[in-house]
Amino acid sequence: MQAKLSVKNVFKIFGDKTDEALSRLEQGESKEQIFEATGATVGVRDANFDVDEGEIFVVMGLSGSGKSTLVRMLNGLIPPTSGEVLIDGEDIADCKKDVLRRIRREKVAMVFQHFALFPHWTVAENAAYGLKVKGVPAAERRERAIAALEKVGLGSRADSLPSELSGGMQQRVGLARGLATDPQILLMDEPFGALDPLIRREMQDELVVLQKELKKTIVFITHDLNEALLLGDRIAIMQDGRFVQVGTAQEIVSAPADDYVAAFVADIDRGRVFTAEDVSNAAEAVTLGEASAEDAMRAMEDLNRHALYVVDGANRVAGVVTYQDLAAATLDNGAPNPILEDVMLTEYPTVDADVQLYDLYGAASAGLPIAVTDDKDRLVGVVEPEAVFAQLSGENGEQDAVPPPSVEDEKIKEGAHV
Amino acid sequence: MFSPGDLMTIPFDSWINDFVRGWLVPNFRPAFRAAQVPITMTLNGLNGFFLWMPMLITTAAFALAAWRYAGRGIAIFTLLGFAFIDMIGLWPQTMTTLAMIVTSVLFCAVIGIPLGILAARSDRLWSVTRPVLDIMQTIPSFVYLVPIVMLFGVGMTPGIIATIIFALPPIVRLTNLGIRNVRGDLIEASHAFGSTGWQMLWDVQFPLALRTIMAGLNQTLMLALSMVVIAALIGAGGLGLVVNTGLGRLDVGGATAGGVGIVILAIVLDRITQGMGEQNNVQTVSLRQAVINLFRLRGPEPQGEPGKAG
Repeated sequence: MQAKLSVKNVFKIFGDKTDEALSRLEQGESKEQIFEATGATVGVRDANFDVDEGEIFVVMGLSGSGKSTLVRMLNGLIPPTSGEVLIDGEDIADCKKDVLRRIRREKVAMVFQHFALFPHWTVAENAAYGLKVKGVPAAERRERAIAALEKVGLGSRADSLPSELSGGMQQRVGLARGLATDPQILLMDEPFGALDPLIRREMQDELVVLQKELKKTIVFITHDLNEALLLGDRIAIMQDGRFVQVGTAQEIVSAPADDYVAAFVADIDRGRVFTAEDVSNAAEAVTLGEASAEDAMRAMEDLNRHALYVVDGANRVAGVVTYQDLAAATLDNGAPNPILEDVMLTEYPTVDADVQLYDLYGAASAGLPIAVTDDKDRLVGVVEPEAVFAQLSGENGEQDAVPPPSVEDEKIKEGAHV
Repeated sequence: MFSPGDLMTIPFDSWINDFVRGWLVPNFRPAFRAAQVPITMTLNGLNGFFLWMPMLITTAAFALAAWRYAGRGIAIFTLLGFAFIDMIGLWPQTMTTLAMIVTSVLFCAVIGIPLGILAARSDRLWSVTRPVLDIMQTIPSFVYLVPIVMLFGVGMTPGIIATIIFALPPIVRLTNLGIRNVRGDLIEASHAFGSTGWQMLWDVQFPLALRTIMAGLNQTLMLALSMVVIAALIGAGGLGLVVNTGLGRLDVGGATAGGVGIVILAIVLDRITQGMGEQNNVQTVSLRQAVINLFRLRGPEPQGEPGKAG
């Protein structure tokens, strides 16, 4: 499939001596050296990426990393020094003005960091701007503008002036203006950067919800890694004008490409990056009616676990037994083989596979392993509380998603429970 | 003591004389004469209109505009001031002066606003325009009165041309400034949605610069008023002529009467145009809306009315 948006070998150099700067770049000189020698500033160097339809591609970098320059090259606000920017196969880096204008009107909309709303127009008129530029008749564009405003929850403020709205609401108008023309691609240049943290959080969540419905191709620029990890299907980390790593949130957090990325990843909220699936073990369980207490104890010893789930014949979770309880029951009864059903706890924590670790804290701190179930209540995995905390603290960040419990872990566990 | 003048003297004055008398006037006099036709027509039309309009109606219209844009105080001042002018017998002269001012400002706007817009879009044009405006503003107006008389003759229209030269710079400067000061991110947003240059000018730049442009218009108006007396030296009529006649006859009373008339007119026009400009502070009104507002009794139409989307 052809990528919706494809960026190939794009360079942007600001200044007069761009050719000289380009050749110096090829020789591997740094941004500072080139600036000293030629006075030209390297904005973006050798950007290469594809964005698929319906994907949120986040470009994350600090100020001066070239991310704003990059996003402006995607709709031709800044022409690249060299390279191709293809939208549906059409190169906008090298096309006539009217072609570029058509693409801007039909396919690509932009949302700005400082909203860039027109202060002399009402909210509805602002939202209708793209339609006005396209020449849509007044009545129809108002209707469509209001529909877009309703999508972002601002339908009732259509006739306010932007200056009467709070920052968060103003950016909703900015978003509505972007959505009103029904573009396929949405460029968002640090859209939530100027909002206070609570509102930012709210807007991020809303964007996620909105995107589920709209399925736009979004290029999202941010300086906030948490935001990038939350929103991005894929994330590119930018430094000094080039991509240092491109990957999914989990890839970037669990395997940072270099020290620069690692430094960012160090203090992010891992609870919002990883899900139950990332830390769950294989769905080891004993089956009710088939396995005896002794079987269960042996299985736990083999697996180095202190508790084990019990499933029925259809692999549905019936309960959980702990080694402690089984051992106690064996001693109390004097009988060698207590029945699983009697010892089994029917109160157990259960989650879906895509639940964020953030939401597993509570369940994990109860001490019991957490059952990961599918929509038919079938056991698909088991999350050990230790695995949650280990992932959150980044201890097994370098390892893959399913770490076998180490001997040390087991010792700690023994100390805690016996 | 040596000075460069010992080495060589430049006959600058005779160069200019040769240029104006020897070349410009013989070759271009008909062209300049033809160029003043639209000014003459506008002026005559306006002058006839203001003189035809009964004094009370004109006064009422100005008082209403003053009330709308500048408040009750200025409205009362307008009523009393215009009545005073009428009672000292200078109403027709005041109307002639008003026609001259309106004509000058109109032509300044017609020339100055497009020039300012073009200058805002091109640094090169602005770098050429700017020194010309500097010269126009600083050169004593008496210097260009003589060549104007040579080229255009004497009368009302040459007076207005002198006024236009004197009063043009602020409107060009402030239009340029207003357009250039429109926030960069709004220009970027306008580009990003695929607008053409005209669409951007009309939808974004001009409305957002309107307040600054109105300030320029106000400055131009004030400068035009200050040229009234000087323009009368080359045959323009109105209150300037009254002042000049008084001056010539050492008639202090007559000169003062004319001067007071100019001051009253100046205050009324200044306050009204300033008020119009400041309304654009809160909300920028389209030209059509501004004209409609002028004739409405209550405050400006609330923005964001459903009917005027776009």
